[in-house]
Amino acid sequence: MKEYAYFPGCSLEKMAVSYHMSAMETTRKLGIKLREIEDWNCCGATTYFYIDELLAYTLCARNLAIAEKTGLDVVAPCSACYKNMYFTAAHLKKDVDLAEHVNFALEEDNLHFSGNINVKHLIEVFSQDVGPQELKSKISKPLTGVRVAPYYGCQIVRPQKEKENVEQPQFFEDMLSAIGATPVNYPLKMRCCGGSLIISSRTAALSMVRNLLQCAVDSQATVIATACPMCQVNLECYQQQVNQEFGTNFSLPILYFTQLVGLAMGIPVKKLGIGKEFIAMAPSLLQPGQVEPEPDHEIIKE
Amino acid sequence: MTNTITFGQEVQNLLQAAEGEPLRTCIQCGTCSGTCPVAGFMDYTPRQMIAMINQNMKEQVLESNTFWYCASCYHCTVRCPQDINITELMYALKRYSIWNHRYKEGLVGPDFSEAFVKMIVRGGRSFEPVLAPAYIFSFGMREFLLEIQNATELLLKGRLPVIPARIKRLENFKRMIGRIIPMGGLE
Repeated sequence: MKEYAYFPGCSLEKMAVSYHMSAMETTRKLGIKLREIEDWNCCGATTYFYIDELLAYTLCARNLAIAEKTGLDVVAPCSACYKNMYFTAAHLKKDVDLAEHVNFALEEDNLHFSGNINVKHLIEVFSQDVGPQELKSKISKPLTGVRVAPYYGCQIVRPQKEKENVEQPQFFEDMLSAIGATPVNYPLKMRCCGGSLIISSRTAALSMVRNLLQCAVDSQATVIATACPMCQVNLECYQQQVNQEFGTNFSLPILYFTQLVGLAMGIPVKKLGIGKEFIAMAPSLLQPGQVEPEPDHEIIKE
Repeated sequence: MTNTITFGQEVQNLLQAAEGEPLRTCIQCGTCSGTCPVAGFMDYTPRQMIAMINQNMKEQVLESNTFWYCASCYHCTVRCPQDINITELMYALKRYSIWNHRYKEGLVGPDFSEAFVKMIVRGGRSFEPVLAPAYIFSFGMREFLLEIQNATELLLKGRLPVIPARIKRLENFKRMIGRIIPMGGLE
């Protein structure tokens, strides 16, 4: 059984609890154990990094140091946590002075980070470590005919880490195909949801959310799949406000990719946290394997 | 002794791990501004900001809303042909402006950031309800009610925390932070 050190992050405790539930259920089916990092602290979100970098690195390094003791790779389901932890590990490996300073602070909690750790996003576990082939073999109720917009958002793919494709990645689409769904061509798949601007610069964020929803509707998607709690909340919980602000009439469900994978694995909806959304999926889509495949739409090329 | 460091150099010095003077290499192509999803809401676009910093236009830069409108999406950064980390530049300007208590009036960003930092330093984890006072009063009545409506629905769906989460080894954690910043500066 493959194991990972699991960093749920603050959002998954409550706001995105369905992401946590579906992550646990689907990985178990894949023979993967997610071992929660003991006594983890907040990753610092985006806020900490622009106020005090040293403190932000220290916050992330504490979690990395605790995880390092297990000898496992770390996995984070939230894109912001992932980005913060990935780049903290990378900077500390490269910058000896920084590592020394941070380790001096970590001593207060009897910890030391030596830099021997890999940080992954949960979606990488599905798309790379497991891979579409094996994922497909675990599917009992393929989501035939369900048109899904694969929404990457920002911090899974950006900033660039090595030489990976940051303009047109395909791993999300490949995973959706593996579970039998139809990934639609979603031209704004790499655009930002606004993140915390929804609080600090509301008008700007609402217009960003509107663009993403409109693009999904234009692509004839019936659901947007996301891999980040911030994206989920902005796209779903603020949909009503977008409608009021712009006179639109969106009612598009936003699910975590793990919830869709779980449905295709035949896991009961309750165990996947489905039912906690503001905007429910059509009942027919919640009984996969029984959906009549839609006639093929002409995929509109960009 | 006279201090001759320019604003442009001050900003360069805030760019973590940047070698040389990356902002000087900007060719003003505008790829960042064309890419930025928030550019339309900014007083100055990212390209203009870089030019202004290079011209030491400190007052105008600090008085702008530009860096507070950056959503940290890194889209400009991955596309910059000169490999300038523009997102990092926006972080540096936020930091500079907070440290110097210089920001445009009426922005929510600075208060929100401060509330966020205090929350983490005290409990180790994020707890959304304590953040609300930092921004909710800046909203108009309509937005205020919409926000309350959202919170209520989250609560009903079991998605809003009611008890603040705290880490177990909080004393160690606070001493750890104390080794980075003296606690007096945060309370």
